[in-house]
Amino acid sequence: MTAILAMLTTERLVKLAPVDLAIVVFYFVLVLGIGFYLKRFAKTGEDFFMAGREMTAWVAGLAFVSANLGSLELLGWAGSAYQYGILAGHWYWIGAIPAMLFLGLVMMPFYYISKTHSVPGYLQLRYGTAASGLSAVTFAIMTILMSGVNMYAMAVVMKVVLGWNLNFSIFVSSITVAIYVAAGGLFSAIFNEVLQFFLIWFGALLIPILGLIETGGWKGMVARIQHNFPGQDFTHMWSNLGHFQDNPMGMHWTGIVFGLGAVQAMGYWTTDFLVVQRVLSAKDIRSAKMAPIIGSFFKMAVPLIVILPGLLGLAVLPMHLVPASQLQPGQFSYNEVLPLMLARYCGPGLLGLGITALVAGFMAGMAGNVSAFATVWTYDLYRPFIRKTAPDAHYVSMGRWCTLIGVFISIGTAYLAMGFASIMDYVQALFGFFIAPLFGTVLLGMMWKRVTKSAGFWGLLAGTLTSIGIFSAMKFDHRWVGVFALSPHAQGLAQDMYQSLWSCVTCVVVTLLVTLVTKPRPDAELKGLVYSLTEVAHEERVGILQRPIFWGGVALAALVVLQIIFW
Amino acid sequence: MSEKHHIIPVWFFVGVLFSVYGVLIFASGLAEWSHPPNTVLAELHAPVWWGALLIALGGMYCVAFRPRRQKA
Repeated sequence: MTAILAMLTTERLVKLAPVDLAIVVFYFVLVLGIGFYLKRFAKTGEDFFMAGREMTAWVAGLAFVSANLGSLELLGWAGSAYQYGILAGHWYWIGAIPAMLFLGLVMMPFYYISKTHSVPGYLQLRYGTAASGLSAVTFAIMTILMSGVNMYAMAVVMKVVLGWNLNFSIFVSSITVAIYVAAGGLFSAIFNEVLQFFLIWFGALLIPILGLIETGGWKGMVARIQHNFPGQDFTHMWSNLGHFQDNPMGMHWTGIVFGLGAVQAMGYWTTDFLVVQRVLSAKDIRSAKMAPIIGSFFKMAVPLIVILPGLLGLAVLPMHLVPASQLQPGQFSYNEVLPLMLARYCGPGLLGLGITALVAGFMAGMAGNVSAFATVWTYDLYRPFIRKTAPDAHYVSMGRWCTLIGVFISIGTAYLAMGFASIMDYVQALFGFFIAPLFGTVLLGMMWKRVTKSAGFWGLLAGTLTSIGIFSAMKFDHRWVGVFALSPHAQGLAQDMYQSLWSCVTCVVVTLLVTLVTKPRPDAELKGLVYSLTEVAHEERVGILQRPIFWGGVALAALVVLQIIFW
Repeated sequence: MSEKHHIIPVWFFVGVLFSVYGVLIFASGLAEWSHPPNTVLAELHAPVWWGALLIALGGMYCVAFRPRRQKA
């Protein structure tokens, strides 16, 4: 028995008190209980895969933003904030808000009116089986890889803070996720995401509050960072983006505006089925439009609990953190900054709450990925290519099995993530492979009726291969960084942005060229799928405070103000 | 939240979670009042006021979204 305990635990940062353990255990009991409670409601395919399409705008909006707020986000972006400074905040603001508003106000009506169950499902209607199949396969691969990196992020917390063995943490948590998602489907995933949203806020908010008290406010924090890292600018968002070598990320403003804002963010927030699926569960079209807009306000606030702790780490931690690939005994990596800050400020009780928030974040992130994987596998690969006609119950059963299998495959991918300097480098590289070209394909399909089936497929394929090719070239020979990322100073995240930009451009160019030499589909086949041929249902007349366009404008104005404040 | 299924609102579960956590954290904050843990700013007794905040929020959610018998 002693030998088993010794195997499971290594060095640890803190020791959990009984009250902390009670908090962690209660969370596991609650989510499993909710999963079994919801199982009775997830009987049909519509229930299991789409949560019955009956969520309110608030629930869908919180689940939408929460599906993207896993422990991966918390640990990865806090680590990136430590590594790159407040520049990492771009991924929450210009790299999210305009795209979320575009989804709600422009694209959501098409997804909703076409009654598609997934993004590959939309491609099936618009471009046919080839483009849909390619998209479904790449999405399935991406979700499994993302699920794995979530698992790794969680295991890092357990290793650093509690000294738990990586394998032990991975298996216990992932089996819990597998059970409750297999039981309640998207219902379970969404319920857990909403719970996790509140847990993360109340588990992590004390770090910036106490951190700012310790440093004497924002100005005190900036002064300490300048003292600890003289000559480096970690606290400006735009003023240091004029030249690649002026900021810790090696980024130029064109990479942020075009690579991140116009391609990567648009691609992720409007075509990544993991997040779009949450909005598709909304009960009506107004709720579907409002959900991303509600989510955008919460997304705008997240840097408070993610980016600020990373900056505070630069100011108050007595040691300098290093990339995971250069870790020596006794050192800590960038990805461990949040657990270190948690241990700095939180004693018994609060520590349990913070740890539970990270565990919940991991589980919600993983649940989101496996539920989306189950839907895409069942509806976009299994049904069209393997078994076209089967009773609804058969597909629900397939979804349940697929959830379990997806969890076990993704356990293997957790180990892939360990070799990357920063978790977010790995994640952004994945998005660049699969999401950036998909955005070009979906947007052209929605906006231009002339685009043909063949053009959709070849454009998507060319964009994906370009992305993988650029990534490989830059990894194997650093000279290519200067070519594709425009400067040899470009660091991991900057390289990812240009990789996305070129892959999307390739996708669009190839799509246009193939369209010009192939025959378009008749207009009658494209009704409800293309902007110029679709009559978007008008909402009932409501006051201005109930209109999505009004709140979209408020969110955009708030975004502009934040850019000016942190310029 | 649900018209077809009459599912207990997720907000009720949020309330339960916060209430239980609030009580546990508040109690542990009181228990360590005279011998605070070895953390930075422990003298502020954050668990006490944070626990109280969770109890208040959790209680409100539990009451506002408690399961009600459905009308026939």
